[in-house]
Amino acid sequence: MSVIEVDHLTKYYGKARGIIDVSFSVDEGEIFGFIGPNGAGKSTTIRLFLSLIYPTSGSATIFGKDCIKYGPELRQDIGYLPSEVFYYERMKVIDLLKYSASFYKKDCTQRMYELADYMELDLNRRIEDLSYGNKKKVGIVQGLLHQPKLLLLDEPTSGLDPLMQRKFFQIIREENKRGVTAFFSSHILGEVQRLCNRVAIIKEGRIIEIADIRTLQQNNYKRIRVAANGLDVSYFDLKGVSKLEKTNGEVRFFYKGDINAIMRRISGIKVSDVAIEEPTLEEIFMHYYE
Amino acid sequence: MSTNIYKHEFSMRLKSVITWSLAVMAIIFIYSSLFPSFAEQAELLNEMMANFPPELLMAFGMNGMDLSTVLGYYSFVFLFAQICLAIQAANYGFGLVSVEERELTADFLLSKPVARTQILTSKLLAAFTSLTITNIVVWISSFGFITLFRDGRGYETRTLVLLLLSIVIFQLFFLTVGVVISLLVKRIRSVTPYAMALAFGMYVLSAFGNMLGDAKLEIITPFKHFDPNYVIQHGAYDVPLVLLSVAVIVVSLAASYWLYIRRDIPSVT
Repeated sequence: MSVIEVDHLTKYYGKARGIIDVSFSVDEGEIFGFIGPNGAGKSTTIRLFLSLIYPTSGSATIFGKDCIKYGPELRQDIGYLPSEVFYYERMKVIDLLKYSASFYKKDCTQRMYELADYMELDLNRRIEDLSYGNKKKVGIVQGLLHQPKLLLLDEPTSGLDPLMQRKFFQIIREENKRGVTAFFSSHILGEVQRLCNRVAIIKEGRIIEIADIRTLQQNNYKRIRVAANGLDVSYFDLKGVSKLEKTNGEVRFFYKGDINAIMRRISGIKVSDVAIEEPTLEEIFMHYYE
Repeated sequence: MSTNIYKHEFSMRLKSVITWSLAVMAIIFIYSSLFPSFAEQAELLNEMMANFPPELLMAFGMNGMDLSTVLGYYSFVFLFAQICLAIQAANYGFGLVSVEERELTADFLLSKPVARTQILTSKLLAAFTSLTITNIVVWISSFGFITLFRDGRGYETRTLVLLLLSIVIFQLFFLTVGVVISLLVKRIRSVTPYAMALAFGMYVLSAFGNMLGDAKLEIITPFKHFDPNYVIQHGAYDVPLVLLSVAVIVVSLAASYWLYIRRDIPSVT
């Protein structure tokens, strides 16, 4: 069953482009990555899901219901964590969390304290006195305290120190084990690689690729490094080779095509070292943006 | 309506309500306390005022005002109270929705499971409750200080009640017009200049209307709709003008809901 179903969703802000003709679906229990540089339309998409903004055309359903028409009802089961968090500055953390909890039908008290404890959040301080990282923690707790079935995470890790990032990922994984679906937007590919099952890549408002994270990595692309004495770069200038370069007596390149062809080529010379690796998502991603 | 939003909104504004209420109370106290000395020399004063250019008196809504009577003098006091009430109500109106976007808390509130109509209704009711507190303070201080300083002179309670009853509509006018303007502009950086502009703008319009004797300008301002001088001299409202105020409120409210439900909440970044 798909939790999110996006159908030809388009959003223009006046004449400015938001997203154009975006379609994809997210299955239940999935952690779905949404990758793209700043300004590609990631936030626009998430804000459309929350009916913070309205589509120019097309539609999106969440749990099978239209996200505009059934917005309030759907949001009972949605947890949202924006990239930049802002709360009522003069409130105490605990009062803000209680206010947040008061919108949901269930009792959130226990989960709220659990999360605050885990994230090491000081509940008695005022929001205005918090550092950015601590505000972010407030964001995480308020986004999760009602045990949502769907998490919309908009670049959630910005401003979190590495330790907290790890804790946060741990929470997301645990939630996911309980069957929670997560929609995770980011421009940092490493974190998506670690966490997600599938990714969609968005560029200038359009989806350019939706793929399983493994197929994306195994998309025949290999990162190859060959070290040999007196090796000339042009030796590897074959069909399927890209980004060919020579550094420190090593030749590096990406290869897409029949792996046997390149193996034969390598075995034709006397090498001192060879490495054939999976490219990182970052490198694949750069390829999409070329 | 959502009780939690209502409570939150009300408590966020509590300090401001107390400040405004005390300020209006102080104004009524100070001006009322001067009444005995005014009344004593009323003859002299009325004579003096007759010598002023009529345009000047009109500008301050003082033409035909008899400062020697309790209510004649009070109409002068009430005008100052009205200016305060207008600024306060406009302030709450302009800030009602725009504050969430300015302080970037709109994302928090609107991603909660609550419909925008509910948010707006709760916010409006909370603001109205706040204004009503100030309204009640005006009632109490008016009756209290008049009794204290009336110096044995009588006045017609019915007329005073009539005048004080106008506050509700007067406040709602500035509240709802403030809300609708705040939704028509893209972004309000600071509420105070808008509130001051609306309140003083309306006041000046009423004053200029008086001076020029031009009925066209003054017709849109609630300072004219509820001119204390008129109410006290006639012991009644100028009904068509009051209805105009009510119409503006209804239209502003309807437009506010229409605009707010359709509004794209600007992104933080």
